Amino acid sequence: MTDAAKPEAARGVHRMPAWLPADALRDAAITFLIALVLFGSLVGLRTDTVNNALEITTHFGKALLLSGVVAGVRLAYDLLVWRRLADGQTIASLIPALIPIARATAAFGLALGFVLYVFPALRSNLIAWAAGVFWWLGSIADLITFACMAAFVVVAAMVIIRVARIALRRQTAEGVGITARLTGDFGRELPIALLVIAITLPLLITGASQRYAIDTATQILIYVMLGWGLNVVVGLAGLLDLGYVAFYAVGAYTYALIATEFGWSFWVCLPLAGMLAALWGITLGFPVLRLRGDYLAIVTLAFGEIIRIVILNWQSLTGGPNGINRIPKLTFFGLSFDKAAHPSFHGVFGLEFNPVYRIVFLYYVILFLALVTNFVTLRLRRLPIGRAWEALREDEIACRSVGINTVTTKLTAFAIGAMFGGFAGAFFSARQGFISPESFTFMESALVLAIVVLGGLGSQLGVVIAAVVLVGGSERFRELQDYRMLLFGLSMVLVMIWRPRGLMSGRTPSAFLHEHRSISSSFVKEGRG
Amino acid sequence: MSVSVPAERDEILRVEHLTMRFGGLVAVDGLSFSARRGDITAIIGPNGAGKTTVFNCITGFYKPTEGRIALAHGSGAVFEALPGVTFGGKQWAAASDGAVFLLERMPGFEIARTARVARTFQNIRLFAGMTVLENLLVAQHNVLNAASGYTFGGLIGLNSYKRAEKEAIERSAYWLAEIGLLDRADDPAGDLPYGAQRRLEIARAMCTAPVLLCLDEPAAGLNPRESGELNDLLLKIREQHTLSILLIEHDMGVVMGISDRITVLDYGRKIAEGTPAEIRSDPKVIAAYLGVEDDEVEEAEAEL
Repeated sequence: MTDAAKPEAARGVHRMPAWLPADALRDAAITFLIALVLFGSLVGLRTDTVNNALEITTHFGKALLLSGVVAGVRLAYDLLVWRRLADGQTIASLIPALIPIARATAAFGLALGFVLYVFPALRSNLIAWAAGVFWWLGSIADLITFACMAAFVVVAAMVIIRVARIALRRQTAEGVGITARLTGDFGRELPIALLVIAITLPLLITGASQRYAIDTATQILIYVMLGWGLNVVVGLAGLLDLGYVAFYAVGAYTYALIATEFGWSFWVCLPLAGMLAALWGITLGFPVLRLRGDYLAIVTLAFGEIIRIVILNWQSLTGGPNGINRIPKLTFFGLSFDKAAHPSFHGVFGLEFNPVYRIVFLYYVILFLALVTNFVTLRLRRLPIGRAWEALREDEIACRSVGINTVTTKLTAFAIGAMFGGFAGAFFSARQGFISPESFTFMESALVLAIVVLGGLGSQLGVVIAAVVLVGGSERFRELQDYRMLLFGLSMVLVMIWRPRGLMSGRTPSAFLHEHRSISSSFVKEGRG
Repeated sequence: MSVSVPAERDEILRVEHLTMRFGGLVAVDGLSFSARRGDITAIIGPNGAGKTTVFNCITGFYKPTEGRIALAHGSGAVFEALPGVTFGGKQWAAASDGAVFLLERMPGFEIARTARVARTFQNIRLFAGMTVLENLLVAQHNVLNAASGYTFGGLIGLNSYKRAEKEAIERSAYWLAEIGLLDRADDPAGDLPYGAQRRLEIARAMCTAPVLLCLDEPAAGLNPRESGELNDLLLKIREQHTLSILLIEHDMGVVMGISDRITVLDYGRKIAEGTPAEIRSDPKVIAAYLGVEDDEVEEAEAEL
């Protein structure tokens, strides 16, 4: 601080508390005024149609509120970040000061989640009130309260699992107190908690929103499965694939065509769909073996489009743009979920007909398929083939020097990734009952790739979290229409600044000699292939 | 596993008329030399002499423009089968008590897997994001992959695979102890100091159970103490394992200290071949390194 600035600051201390300098307050006030001018004209004065005539209506209350929020954020940012940075502190050194605030926010969020989970009516009132102030505030309140409730459920599940594990484990770790053991690293409980929540989801959510929630969860799980399949190719083998949706389409059309033409059951068609998709994976793999990086990305992108365009134009087989409809729905071991069918699920079990049964069944089928995908991938990672994939990502030339056949290694990665895509596709067409080329555009490939990259290349848990955020988030923001793509892009940019290697970026070694330690992502390569 | 070295060591590698052209540039020009079983054979020469190109041809990273590179498993007598293999259009053939391989015809990974030639790289190529242990397990890929029933057996958790993996981890631990990195087995390879990365690369090559180990400047970037340790390590490996070593090196302390035979290249041609003592006093070698004209060689030698 210069000498000239000192007396001014000292004078400020007389009137203001030390933590709130006068100039910060002055800046906040200026911000408030600027915001008021902007919001006053943009929000405060609006032309609305009243009784079939345009009239100017005033919303100065809202404008004042918004300006206050902006000025408050400006003041908080000034005090907490700018001033400290000006004193020569780095962003990293600011983090300890922010921890209490983060903790308080988290505690408040969890408490709010608990209260709202117990009293659902409170939540709808809160959202209705927020939507009354600004239409978009309702969506935000909806999202925040939902996030609080979800966080509460996850944390509660983790704590219950932790308590159960402590209770089951007879011997106690020496010198570790009960609080330390209760609040220690929850890295191992998180996947278990998510699994338990996934299995009990139809019980956790009841009432009117159950059907919608489980439908959304099914949608998310399809993307989780696609993400896990693509993770083999992109995350493990380091081969950038922009046409993954092609295999999804192959699987979907395989089931749709066989089931409508020959009437084969889903469980017979499922392996066929997987095998056919794997075959296409190998077909794609051969020409791109020598390509790397951008070139590989371009060719895979083209491959995805070729498959879609072939489907679009091969009218006699695929129905072209009209797609295929009346695809047989999934049955429960031969028992239909249809109301009029005989034998039917509700008839045999003596239940009232309820369309939710089918939705819950579909949910468990995709959960099962996704868990199989996860199990197989985790298993493969610990096998020589999985290590060879990762070695290929790290250094292809070194791979050849230790005698690894890089051709077959790449092809197996393509084939296995494609196979899981094919499984997911078969499920998709059985669930929808109707498919057309419109479901398999490049946007889908991009979304699945975004899930893998955002989650952290190679991380299974990361894919789950990213799929929940991206697919679930865009589902919840549906009423924001095109704005959600803006939010989507913004959040991607923020995450890439905050965690450039994805949400879950560490790598778990496939074998260990002394102790199991995670590897920092700074050492792990992204692959050039 | 110590070898009884025969009095007259026979050949393991025979390079004949090797030529490698890159467009108009002749990187290696009609090079012929051989490496003897159990020897440490060094290839030296000024920068750009074509040493690494020779290595890349032997290990299959380049396809030579001309020439034959033959490797023997078993005794050198198998080279008698060489004309038959060459004109029979085969990549390799089993012979009397071993096999003979034509390396210039084999793809790179087959040279490592079947002909069992391992190599290290001038600029270290480790799997940086994998642990030290995993690097050594990847090197045992072919053994492990066969034991896992080409993935299918391993996927359903066969015991034979678990046993094979346990053995592979033990073998890795043996090599980690040899190179003094046992404590760091679970650290990422990219986190090791430079000298340790060089040693790990040698251990990784050894885990492929090679008959011929090709080391491309293993002492580059090492301090004198580390290159002394490298000498000891290489001599120990040669003593305890049935192995021949081919070595490119600029560090004359290493080359003169451990080589049995030296081949000197300049502008892609062989200019000298012999024992370290012979090479040290060879006027052509001195001329190549000091850059004097041929007619000044006598003078330059007199000054030395």
